[in-house]
Amino acid sequence: MATQTVSMDARARAQDRRVMWREARRNGWAYLFISPFYLLYAVFGIFPVLYGLWLSFHKWDGISPMQWNAAQNYLKLLTDDIWWYTIYNTIWLFFGATVPQLCLALLLAFIINSSTIRGKDFFRAAYFMPIVCSAVAVSLIFGSMFGERYGMLNFALSAVGIPPVDWLGSAAWLKPSIAMVTVWQWTGYSMIIFLAGLQAINLELYEAARVDGARTRDVFWHITMPLLRPVILFQVILSIIGAMQTFDLPVMLAGGTQSSAPGGTDRAGLVAAVLLYWTAFKYTEFGYAAAMSFVLFFLIITFSYTYNRFQGRNPTE
Amino acid sequence: MATTVQSRPRGGGGRDRLAGPFGMAALYVVLAGGALLTAFPFYYMLVTSTHRTSEILRIPPPMWFGAALQQNYAELLDALPFWASFWNSVAIAAVHTVLVLLFCSLGGYGFAKFRFPGRDALFAFLLATLMVPGFLGLIPVFIVFRQLGWIDTWLPLIIPGIANAFGIFWMRQYIESSVPAELMDAARIDGAHEVRIYWNVIVPVIVPALAALAILTFIGKWNDFLLPLLILKEEEKYTLPVALSTLRSLRGSEIGVQILGATGAILPILVVFISASRQFISGITAGAVKGV
Repeated sequence: MATQTVSMDARARAQDRRVMWREARRNGWAYLFISPFYLLYAVFGIFPVLYGLWLSFHKWDGISPMQWNAAQNYLKLLTDDIWWYTIYNTIWLFFGATVPQLCLALLLAFIINSSTIRGKDFFRAAYFMPIVCSAVAVSLIFGSMFGERYGMLNFALSAVGIPPVDWLGSAAWLKPSIAMVTVWQWTGYSMIIFLAGLQAINLELYEAARVDGARTRDVFWHITMPLLRPVILFQVILSIIGAMQTFDLPVMLAGGTQSSAPGGTDRAGLVAAVLLYWTAFKYTEFGYAAAMSFVLFFLIITFSYTYNRFQGRNPTE
Repeated sequence: MATTVQSRPRGGGGRDRLAGPFGMAALYVVLAGGALLTAFPFYYMLVTSTHRTSEILRIPPPMWFGAALQQNYAELLDALPFWASFWNSVAIAAVHTVLVLLFCSLGGYGFAKFRFPGRDALFAFLLATLMVPGFLGLIPVFIVFRQLGWIDTWLPLIIPGIANAFGIFWMRQYIESSVPAELMDAARIDGAHEVRIYWNVIVPVIVPALAALAILTFIGKWNDFLLPLLILKEEEKYTLPVALSTLRSLRGSEIGVQILGATGAILPILVVFISASRQFISGITAGAVKGV
């Protein structure tokens, strides 16, 4: 009797061990399956960021030995007028392009989401087309449409009596031009994301509100907007990150990558990522450029955090 | 209750009914106007690539197709190795996409269907990396590529992103919600190898998610500009966007040639997108909403 219990215990334990061993072997496979990301991210993600931080405290042209520079790069940045002007341009483009783009996208998403609108698929696809296009190719097309004397846009304006504008050649109009192309290219994408958020809202909530006699406006402010808030928050934060490192469109519309003076007339189109590229790879000031990238990162975090705090408060509560 | 719902005008009961008949007409005008503004540059692109500069700069500008397509095409081939760049872009994007599908589906499967110590922390870390902007490591990663001897090769464009956080997250969401555990348990009882289970049981079920990720990855890589601009030195290795970025200085005057080059980069992708737009958009939508 007693010996039988012991042997049953032993058998159960052996069974347990077999199960655990099988579990461990299976887990081994799971670790193997997910390991490529961590290996690649260690080499091409974490290491470069840490190395970049180290680099930002050095003076280095990429070839000769690095010189320890303490915080000189950061101190120099604080008083670098060109750098702060590129930050101004970048923020200008955020408010001049990204914010209108997001508002427009939200408006279009509301309209298309309305149950009485037909042809939803068509409109979604039509508005989405620009985002699948290469920014370089897009800037060649708009570069021609923005031509000063004979461009399509000035021709259209002249039809309603507006004198021609030097879109890409004048310091005053370069940023608005970049903003227009950005809005053209990105509105559809944001709209799709907002639309997805709207369609995920449970229809029964609307039903219940209607049954309780809520008006359209109340439904909008007390059901739609609060439920859409996480989606908006998500999209705005991603847009801040994207806008602060925008490169392709500004560099191409402001004279291209082979231009000797980046940013076009009076550097009006010079954004942070373009100056960073030029500083590192044309002027070969790697340490200084690395410091720029960390200041830019700090600004992104600050803006995202501020926005998060700002939108985190619920106006309907 | 039921009669209340039925007596309501069609469609009015669900989401917001925005406006009366006149309001509806106005909304359609807004939507159609926006769609026209969105589509016009594409029409302009097709028309302008068939004209010479002298015609393009006429007032009014040409609004219908011209006869200079062949001449522009010949000059485009003179100005840059268009087809070499085109096939370089195809090759890089295709190889990258195939590897992304393999490694991201494996990673997503690992996170979705296994319980192992540290899983949640590892996944949280993976999500956090999505918030790190790309330029932060741009300069040092260039040095890393230089140390590896990867400058002026395609490897930096193909390899680093093959197991990326977005793709793994995407595949995990799909596998978690649409692959029943019984499928794998049945295979395990039959004694199938884990690799076999992945290939024979998981992969066939996740084809829709793989397709959406494939289109997304291919388009992103096709349009990639900054990294190939940094890495590629010899003209015969250029991708299409890098080759096109030299057009302005090479052939500054011939607008039709530039636009034809742009058409070569845009049209193939646009055709792919339009033929698969429904799956593509619903794919993005699913990923976006679940991601919040």
